[in-house]
Amino acid sequence: MIIKTKKDIPSSEITDPLVFKNRRQVIKGMLATLIAGTGISPTLANNKSVWGDLPKGNFSSDSLTLTPAELIKNYTNYYEFSFNKEDSTSLAQNLITDPWSVEISGEVEKPGTYYLEDILRQQSLQEYIYRLRCVEAWSMVVPWVGFSLGSLLKMVKPLSTAHFVKFTAVYQPKAMPNQLSNTMLEWPYIEGLRIDEAMHPLTILAVGMYGDTLPKQNGAPLRLVVPWKYGFKSIKAIVKIELLKRPPVTTWNKFAPNDYGFYGNVNPTVAHPRWSQNTERQLGGSFFTPRRQTELFNGYGEQVASMYNDMDLRHFF
Amino acid sequence: MVLRFNNLWSLTIIAGLLPLVWLFIDIAFDNLGSNAIQALHIRLGDWSLRFLWLTLAITPVQTITKWRGMTDYRQLLGLYAFFYATLHLLAYLLLDHGLKWGIIGTDIIESSYIWFGILAYTIVFLLALSSPKWAKKRMGKTWKKLHRYIYVAAIAGILHYYWQLKGNLAEPLFYLILIVLLLGFRVAVWFKNRKFNKMMIPTSKRLVVVAVNPVVIPETIAEPQEIILKSLRNRAP
Repeated sequence: MIIKTKKDIPSSEITDPLVFKNRRQVIKGMLATLIAGTGISPTLANNKSVWGDLPKGNFSSDSLTLTPAELIKNYTNYYEFSFNKEDSTSLAQNLITDPWSVEISGEVEKPGTYYLEDILRQQSLQEYIYRLRCVEAWSMVVPWVGFSLGSLLKMVKPLSTAHFVKFTAVYQPKAMPNQLSNTMLEWPYIEGLRIDEAMHPLTILAVGMYGDTLPKQNGAPLRLVVPWKYGFKSIKAIVKIELLKRPPVTTWNKFAPNDYGFYGNVNPTVAHPRWSQNTERQLGGSFFTPRRQTELFNGYGEQVASMYNDMDLRHFF
Repeated sequence: MVLRFNNLWSLTIIAGLLPLVWLFIDIAFDNLGSNAIQALHIRLGDWSLRFLWLTLAITPVQTITKWRGMTDYRQLLGLYAFFYATLHLLAYLLLDHGLKWGIIGTDIIESSYIWFGILAYTIVFLLALSSPKWAKKRMGKTWKKLHRYIYVAAIAGILHYYWQLKGNLAEPLFYLILIVLLLGFRVAVWFKNRKFNKMMIPTSKRLVVVAVNPVVIPETIAEPQEIILKSLRNRAP
């Protein structure tokens, strides 16, 4: 597959590269000054980010303006906990994420259940700065820490009959009120990708953001990130990955097939039946920041459009 | 509208402005969350619906308590519903879309939930426009017919709210239950009166009373016909 480089991002969205590249130094410097003043051990400043400075992933975009971490941490659609984005933040802290293991099975040569630590030991973590576009017409730019899903799948050796990948999220009704009461969606949450989408270098499994471990409300300890698809495809708290011959039945698609397609590709010209997808509200702006024009495949068209060449995107939405 | 500077009246005017003050405080202290523009927009829409519901609650309260001085309050609350609906609309046009008419046009065409909002606002706008006493007098029977459309506005308002949601349906459901109760009350009263009228009072007799009595009605009472009908039929307007 030929991967083209990403096209330019308008200058209005570009952060001064000097400020951006040195942001960690700037923060560390500020913290060091603060700590020197208070007499607290300097190790605190070093522990600030657990992963340290990571190499950049293939298509990580340095030119996107990051959404402040506080906004990302307090605005999550995590329906297992609550239908209210702000409420999920505190409720999600009840989730037990340690120990964590992932079952990988189906059309693979080496099925098995793997502890997350063991998976991480074999994967090289990188920073991926991606725009996440929600189907509710808002977006944010997140510096994920993660690794390529394709590289994990290659380890278990998919068979030639593996055409789809099914992801299953955690079922922990004691911690998740809407699972306990069986409200609205069918639990556990299920998502899926075509095998070529899953193997695409843009597709990652994230374990952190902003150089730190993933907050629980943002999908800890392990979540999918598929930047050219609407956020609901990027399933949180994954416990099972199955490689299948046939497409899996996914949660939102089953709940409202006319509203949420299997593909869920970001597309400004295909409206949701009840609202437009033409523009998006970016988190982190001021009251005078205009809405952003939504891009086909969320701006990752040059890398992914070839996978959908012969498809009618109105029909396969 | 006659201005009366009694305590309850002033209190109602001030209370109606409190949600706006509260909103400004939240803006000042950056309390609107990660998606501040949307939060502000939804807050204004919520208050418009709440005032609309309060407006609709006046008639049942009047009927139950038999207290007749609430027409002005109904008008005031209705105007507050219009006030917050207007701010809601301005937030959409100015803050969210920066008056970019191309984007606004596409958004309206592609978003069916907005159609219900436009319907609701058009009605509330016309009702606010015709709300002064002189307009009421001049329009006569048409006024009452026009102002019945508040029920359509209320239902369109709920649909506007419900139709743009992906998950949480609890709040629109709460509004829906309230409106069913409020409208149900009116249907029950209408049904009761119809039965009562059929059994008790011949239609011709009512007409006679209306034709004879206006002479003795004091000038200060604005709607003699209405009052006589009420006293006979004990019916909610």
